[in-house]
Amino acid sequence: MSVLVVLPVVMSLAGAAGVLLLGHWAVAQRALSIVVHVVVLGCAVALLVVVDTVGPQVVPLGGWAPPVGIALVADRLAALLLVVSMTVLLAVLLYAIAQSRTDLEGGFPASVFHPAYLVLTAGVCLAFLSGDLFTLFVGFEMVLTASYVLVTIGGTPERLRAGTTYVVVSLTGSILFLTTVALIYAATGTVNLADLAMRLGELEPGLRITFALLLLVVFAIKAAVVPLHAWLPDSYPAAPSPITAVFAGLLTKIGVYAMIRTQTLLFPDGAAAGVLLVLAAATMLIGLLGAIAQSDLNRMLSFVLVGHIGYMLFGLGVFTVAGVAGAIFYTVHHIVATTALFLASGLVERRTGTVDIERLGGLVKAIPLVGLLFAIPAASLSGLPPLPGFLAKLALLQAAVSEGGAVTLTVAAITLLASVLTLVAMAKVWTTAFWGRPVSAQPDRDPHAAAPRDADPQDAVLVGTKQRAPRSMTAPAGALVAVGLGIVVLAGPLQAMTERAATDLLQPESYVQVVLDAR
Amino acid sequence: MTSSVALAAVVAGLVALGFVLLTSRSLGRITVGFVVLGHAANLLLLLAGGPALAPPVIGESEPSRMADPLVQAFALTAIVITFGVTLLLLAMVHRSWAIRGSDQLPDDPEDRRLADVEHRAEHGEVSESWGYSTENRSPGERSEP
Repeated sequence: MSVLVVLPVVMSLAGAAGVLLLGHWAVAQRALSIVVHVVVLGCAVALLVVVDTVGPQVVPLGGWAPPVGIALVADRLAALLLVVSMTVLLAVLLYAIAQSRTDLEGGFPASVFHPAYLVLTAGVCLAFLSGDLFTLFVGFEMVLTASYVLVTIGGTPERLRAGTTYVVVSLTGSILFLTTVALIYAATGTVNLADLAMRLGELEPGLRITFALLLLVVFAIKAAVVPLHAWLPDSYPAAPSPITAVFAGLLTKIGVYAMIRTQTLLFPDGAAAGVLLVLAAATMLIGLLGAIAQSDLNRMLSFVLVGHIGYMLFGLGVFTVAGVAGAIFYTVHHIVATTALFLASGLVERRTGTVDIERLGGLVKAIPLVGLLFAIPAASLSGLPPLPGFLAKLALLQAAVSEGGAVTLTVAAITLLASVLTLVAMAKVWTTAFWGRPVSAQPDRDPHAAAPRDADPQDAVLVGTKQRAPRSMTAPAGALVAVGLGIVVLAGPLQAMTERAATDLLQPESYVQVVLDAR
Repeated sequence: MTSSVALAAVVAGLVALGFVLLTSRSLGRITVGFVVLGHAANLLLLLAGGPALAPPVIGESEPSRMADPLVQAFALTAIVITFGVTLLLLAMVHRSWAIRGSDQLPDDPEDRRLADVEHRAEHGEVSESWGYSTENRSPGERSEP
């Protein structure tokens, strides 16, 4: 059993080393990358089954028992998010490989892309499975360092400019995280989450609140919570579309996961719940109003992404089993839907050479399949029944009504408004770019026109091909949309699972017991 | 727990210096700022472990006289991470220098566009339409001035 907990991290890291060694054999690199992702996905599914039937699994590393040593812990929340994340990572990997295979001049410098992508995967696994704050920091750093490489891949001027914003903001967040870990260690003498759950309760209330807020700020930077969101719409759209898709789907959700984990386990009295509700309202309103004002499809989707982080904060802020369960359900649905949307936007860009919706029109006639791949996740995010977005929003609203506080109900009303705003933003794209008069869109200026002579020609992702997207690219995007629809079919079991996960989170005694008893 | 006030003051000074450098426009200064901030965080980690004592090596000193080894492990890990990220930043500085001959960050195009809209609105010119309309514009016409 315990090998299942360790394998995702170890396999991905070994895979990263392997693809680095295979640098000259592109086919072998791709094959190894796919195999690693498939195996880790298999591990994650097995882990979810084990954790759901047997209980949390703990592996003390290096023979040092917690709380001194590093422990990897898998509980229902971690295993569930691991399964969803690996599904998304695999789909995006297949899409990226198809893109670099079909666009001979395009694609990514394969020798950089695959190792960085596998380190990203390892970091995602480590962040979900870590049982202490410092290992969580290391997991975050693995994800971020890989993402710095991916966001600036090829080193074009535009990506360098956007990448700098991203890198500097993320570094500031990381330093703050490290500082917070140091302060918490100074106050309690431990960084193990289970041990902290007990020792933080013995601190003065003022100090506890300070730590709760510090951790909230750290993870709010990663999750792009308003007012710490401005970096996201500026940096994500600059990266190649598969990379933007995986960042949008996963990276912010790791921040949300860390928030759910720390706020429930370390502060079971809901020390920051009120702040979370206010932040949720601000995030939904500002993010989605920002989305309506955009004319660039990827920037619009980035603002929608920011806005929808608010829903997850809202579920956590309600701080009941139903609320946290709703937040987890929403996270699962949102990872899949957002990634699918960005992949569809990548297909649009590949065909037309632009994502400026004012220069697009009649896409639904030209590329009906891509239209469908865009429409389903867009409708799901807008909360149209019977799509998973609707079910997730319904779960959140039911939780809010049964909790019944005045602030909660006000924010619940804002979630309804936010759904309408999402629908407006999506409908604007749909009526302008997908319906309307077919135009032969003018591609964006060649990003290399301003590039220096030594710019890597390999980097030019081929856009504006005017050709049909190959099936190998539409298939992974379609598979993700199908997974999204699968959430509807499996809504009952999934909802029951999220409720069990939320119950575990809000009654952390068993988690603490299992971790501290591990040998 | 006892800690040195002088060292705490050093942490404060490093944090202040680091953030000032981080807000500058030159990528080279940002890199130095990040290095300084990394030092501040590592020093804080070491301070979190209490006063400096004997090396935590079994057989060398009594366990009661040992310094806390955990924070040393943390700081070591954090140093390795900051080292790697610093190299990446230096690569970005080099790339930026190769592309533009300077490491100054260019203007954000979105900021420039918004400033442009404001500027034109102030001077009574018709501002550009936001979204929706493709009718009154020939296909492919750029929305930028």
